[in-house]
Amino acid sequence: MSTMRTLLAGFGGQGILFAGKVMAYSALKEGKELSWLPSYGPEMRGGTCNCSIVISDKAIGSPQVTAPDVLVAMNRPSLDKFVNAVVPGGIILVDSSTVDVKVERDDVKVFYVPATKLADENGIKGLANIILVGKLFKETNFVSAEMLDAGLQKCIPAKKAAMLDTNRKALEIGMAN
Amino acid sequence: MAEKVLMKGNEALGEAALRAGCRHFFGYPITPQTELSAYLSKNMPKVGGTFLQAESEVAAINMVLGAGATGVRAMTSSSSPGISLKSEGISYLAGSDVPCVIINVQRGGPGLGSIQPSQADYWQATKATGHGDFQLLVFAPSTVQEMADYVSIAFDTAEKYRVPAMILSDGMMGQMMEPVCFPDNAEVKMVEKPWAACGHENKRPHNIVNSLFIEAQELEKIVVERYKRYETIKANEQRAESYLTEDADIVLVAYGASSRVARSAVDAAREMGIKAGLVRPITLWPFPVNALEATVATAKQYLVVEMSMGQMVEDVQLVIGRRKPVSFYGRTGGIIPTPEEVLEQIKKLAGKEA
Amino acid sequence: MAVVFEKPHALTDAPFHYCPGCTHGIVHRLVAEVLDELGVEGNAVGVASVGCSVFSYNYFNCDMVQAPHGRAQAVATGIKRAKPQDVVFTYQGDGDLAAIGTCETVHAATRGENITVIFINNAIYGMTGGQMAPTSLPGQITQTTPYGRDVAQAGYPIRMCEMLSTLDGVALAQRCTVDNVKHVNETKKAIKKAFQNQLDGKGYSIVEVVSTCPTNWGLSPADAIKWMQDNMLPYYPLGVYKDTAKSCAPTAEGGAEA
Repeated sequence: MSTMRTLLAGFGGQGILFAGKVMAYSALKEGKELSWLPSYGPEMRGGTCNCSIVISDKAIGSPQVTAPDVLVAMNRPSLDKFVNAVVPGGIILVDSSTVDVKVERDDVKVFYVPATKLADENGIKGLANIILVGKLFKETNFVSAEMLDAGLQKCIPAKKAAMLDTNRKALEIGMAN
Repeated sequence: MAEKVLMKGNEALGEAALRAGCRHFFGYPITPQTELSAYLSKNMPKVGGTFLQAESEVAAINMVLGAGATGVRAMTSSSSPGISLKSEGISYLAGSDVPCVIINVQRGGPGLGSIQPSQADYWQATKATGHGDFQLLVFAPSTVQEMADYVSIAFDTAEKYRVPAMILSDGMMGQMMEPVCFPDNAEVKMVEKPWAACGHENKRPHNIVNSLFIEAQELEKIVVERYKRYETIKANEQRAESYLTEDADIVLVAYGASSRVARSAVDAAREMGIKAGLVRPITLWPFPVNALEATVATAKQYLVVEMSMGQMVEDVQLVIGRRKPVSFYGRTGGIIPTPEEVLEQIKKLAGKEA
Repeated sequence: MAVVFEKPHALTDAPFHYCPGCTHGIVHRLVAEVLDELGVEGNAVGVASVGCSVFSYNYFNCDMVQAPHGRAQAVATGIKRAKPQDVVFTYQGDGDLAAIGTCETVHAATRGENITVIFINNAIYGMTGGQMAPTSLPGQITQTTPYGRDVAQAGYPIRMCEMLSTLDGVALAQRCTVDNVKHVNETKKAIKKAFQNQLDGKGYSIVEVVSTCPTNWGLSPADAIKWMQDNMLPYYPLGVYKDTAKSCAPTAEGGAEA
């Protein structure tokens, strides 16, 4: 992998930016170049929200991901909006518990993970975002497993240390699906 | 070397200000510079400094004038509409020769505009930040690391020449996170300020920090002296990065956020066999004439890329003149152009339209 | 030969440019005497505002900063925050403090900014040639109210001390005048208290001096004093409007608690 451009998209409150931060910190730990660019503005509560992550071996030009190698869609509007932007041969990861349609493209790899449902069933409500990061890791190995964990640790403040285990569990669920 | 951390551009500006010895920040809330004020409101008190949320942008810049007049490193930050409000105070700072640092995290305009990234304040920053004959030093970082690096450079340069400095950033640079590294033991070079109004302690005649010179001859003399300093700045302080320009047929010119996009487009063009390069001004004033001039002999044409309707392009045209064609591509209103759009322009210019 | 009269040290030797009969000269001297008596000239920083008193930076011997119109108290805030040990004062007219600078005035006051504000209220814009001020009286003829200030159209005058006295950050709000020796002495006492408050860290202190503008009022200096006594003092009663050191009931005539 020389450059991986990922677009995470969903509703505000689904943890899109946090999931992006976990990816970004993992890449930092791995010694990669990276950029993390959020959408910002009135949509930050409840509206659509997205986050561009570029991970690369060389200096990063535009941090805005307009032609993603990887799209993670956590709601229907996000899938509709970005499905055709994904480059041929790219990956689309869909939270199939919140998105009720299928991707009608045959030039991309599509994975359906009922992340929100899995989170609820496993008592880690709200961690669908991290389940999807786990799945993304399984399919792309964008960093090493060790650095993914190191990145996760960087994103969870010491006073919320209990969250680390639930997040690790979420990653595992994602990797197993 | 210290550990790399992930930070938003806005936060990096705040941390860099603290490390540059800035202990006085005066601001007023506005998107998209929010994280900068938030960072300093949290961290300034920890180092015994002043974070003051003013009643307006107007008040904030005048607090900078007062604090700066006493000789301390003072800073304010805002975004486009707020900078318009500050322009009165900025003119007084320039006219009183008070160094300071002003951050503009640009958003779309005119008017209330949008809150998305923009570069439409180039003219305001480099030509007319307020009334009267004056210039600001204008720095345009293009990475979060540069956001961090250029705060102390801005303070140092501002103090060296007694000229206010602006960091012209934008919503994209402010909101994005990238790895950033702060040097462990960076030394803060505090210069003597014998002109400062901080109490004469009965040891010297009183200092007056002032921009009023009611006699026309006196005012002219003072402005002319200031312009001599500007000439020195133009000779010594130009900064730019040249990327793949040595053999480039098409030289792109872009700064800040749009230079990131331009760089991606240059890489993509090279992959297609088009010899493209990029001159990235880091100082917008002084404009890096020398870096552009260095490309004129070999470049066949220029493409200026901005997040505006075309402002810096006029400075590029001023340098290149009629020697080579200069084209422009821009998006405005808060739209960030995509590398693909810029690549299309490069292809058109190269005669390789898709 | 014995010296019987001299300028305070805190005034420079520059001759005032003020018109004959203008009360700026008296108030400048009072401020300078107070700086001398408190021994603070060496760590004082004054802020000159836009208006007739803009050249006060040439007259006060302490360090001076000249502020944009209306912004004196924001500039003073910056100075005081940067140099808390300095004694910081502004010297402002009614247009500067109560029109274009109302926002800065109110917020410096409500922050309890530990500064001293000297406010000259002569109900007119002097430097620009006699336009209506925020404190011009109903019916007052000025260049821009040639038929007299019509309150239906131009609104009512602002009473700053009364307004500011409602704010928790204000330590002292007192209105004085300098039309006779007794009042001059009271004004000096008020100014001294306003500076002493700052030295004691008590917060925002404002002394309003109801003043004259013989030139733009079109009156002789003596008639101007009379006009002020007859017309301004009833609208702007002298008195202590707030003093955190004591109960705040406005006193009648001759406000200083003397």
